[in-house]
Amino acid sequence: MRRLRALEPLAWVGPAIVLIALVVLWPVVEMIRSSFLEISRLGVVRGYTGFDNYGKLFAEKDFADVMVRSVIWVVAVVALTVLVSLALAQLFNQRFPLRKLARWALIAPWAASVLMTAIIFKWMLDPEVGVINQIRVGLGLIDAMGGAAADQLGDASTAMPWLVFVAVFVSVPFTTYALLAGLATIPSDVYEAARMDGAGRLRTYWSITLPLLRPALTVAALINVMNVFNSFPIIWAMTHGQPGYSTATSTILMYILKGSDIGESAAMSVVNFGMVIVLTVIFLKVSRWNREVA
Amino acid sequence: MAVRTAPAEARPRRQHARTGRGGVARAMPRLKTVLIAATAYAVALLFLFPYVVMLLTSLRSQRSLRDVTFWPEEWVWSNLADFWSSGLAGNLWVTLKVAAGSTVLVLLVALPAAYYSARHRFRGRTAFLILVLITQMFQPTAMVVGIYREFFQFGLVDSIWALILVNGGFNLAFAVWILNAYFSSIPRELEEAAFIDGNGRFGALFRITLPLAMPGVITALIFTFIAAWNEFVVALTLTTTTENQPLPVALNSFIGQYQVDWQNLFAGSVIATIPVIILFALIERKVVGGLTAGSIK
Repeated sequence: MRRLRALEPLAWVGPAIVLIALVVLWPVVEMIRSSFLEISRLGVVRGYTGFDNYGKLFAEKDFADVMVRSVIWVVAVVALTVLVSLALAQLFNQRFPLRKLARWALIAPWAASVLMTAIIFKWMLDPEVGVINQIRVGLGLIDAMGGAAADQLGDASTAMPWLVFVAVFVSVPFTTYALLAGLATIPSDVYEAARMDGAGRLRTYWSITLPLLRPALTVAALINVMNVFNSFPIIWAMTHGQPGYSTATSTILMYILKGSDIGESAAMSVVNFGMVIVLTVIFLKVSRWNREVA
Repeated sequence: MAVRTAPAEARPRRQHARTGRGGVARAMPRLKTVLIAATAYAVALLFLFPYVVMLLTSLRSQRSLRDVTFWPEEWVWSNLADFWSSGLAGNLWVTLKVAAGSTVLVLLVALPAAYYSARHRFRGRTAFLILVLITQMFQPTAMVVGIYREFFQFGLVDSIWALILVNGGFNLAFAVWILNAYFSSIPRELEEAAFIDGNGRFGALFRITLPLAMPGVITALIFTFIAAWNEFVVALTLTTTTENQPLPVALNSFIGQYQVDWQNLFAGSVIATIPVIILFALIERKVVGGLTAGSIK
């Protein structure tokens, strides 16, 4: 009977552990194992190859470029997202009529599938009929529709900024909402005190709002780092990493490799995953989970 | 995390609004308010713009689809109806089944786990909660090769069950986390009182605790549904035949083809997007709390 009682938690929590083990942990093991296997295109395992897959991966002529681009991609998107969101949180924290409705509009890119949003942007950037190009013609930025100048996604130097733009566009809503939640936790008497001391607006923001916003800011930024690092649909839908590999990040390279050599693709995944682990550890440190759990 | 506003806290709000700044600065703030409001509306429109373009494109006729005009020349509302007889309707049906299946799975698994870990201290409780928190950080994209290899070995590639399992597994963490917070916020005494009144342990749970945790349950439910509804990478990897693909995958492969019925594609995106935006608006506040749980206090 006592034995049975000891097993009681397992009946309640067990299914959750099984599901996590099956869907989240098993793939990790399988991915690491596959990175040391030679696997045919049809999925037949031909045997262990040691570190051959990693050797092949590091020898890919685009590998270094792709890794550097991934880091720039994450840093650029997250930095811009945070800057834009800080401004927007401040704006949407003011009182004005229909504020709720305006805030609600901000939800759209967050709720909609990132893939759909990317497809729409691709359509809006269409060289012949895209709205964005219509606007650029109207502003006199380009002479006419069609032509190379209108084909923004056809060249890495113009495609990359647009990819970053779309990634920022879909990341800003969550970040702004998280910062708005952070702003709401700042008690108003702190501002009262600052005013008494004769602090100006900028000074108040710099020495009071920002420091008090830091927990919200850190977490929002880290969640963004995670999302942006794992971001796949934007680049996949808009450029497929092309031309060549010139707009590919590590997740795109991983996916392209999956079509030709699963073992090498698994090696790329492990490299990616290592980076995710590092980010997770940072997150756990910062979020001080132990206080919440205990 | 304050998840439930007790009725006692609902003080009159008007009093709050009046204790603003003094009357002297009345005229100036009005101009400021106008400027702020105008900027905010402009930002709001910017964020809605792509979805407006999507809606407008879905209403164009096949013939005028590639006309260089912002507004459609004729409004073909029947496009949205025609979608249902196109091949893509089947893919929407797949998406619906995957999303509904994952949601049911998550609720069945997360509810007992969240309830028990909120109410009882047991060996391994902390380890369990850490496991959940770590899972919340994991996303399927980085491990999609492992997921593919696993389900390949199970013989579940191109099966809807694989998609339900994966979507359920990756959204479990959020559900457990937010439900745990709700259950913890409900006083144990309420449940015990019901228990003493002769409701039995499960009676107390179903009559008292669960109804009080309903906002959390609904949040977890909608969040999982939307996440599974929008999921792309896993579906792209695990489905091989067109009729088994969820709508996002089908739409994406649609683009690669020549001779595309683009208005069907955009009608599909409208039908797939608008409902989730509305659903999401209902739970937005709680989602921020759930995603950043354990950090903002």
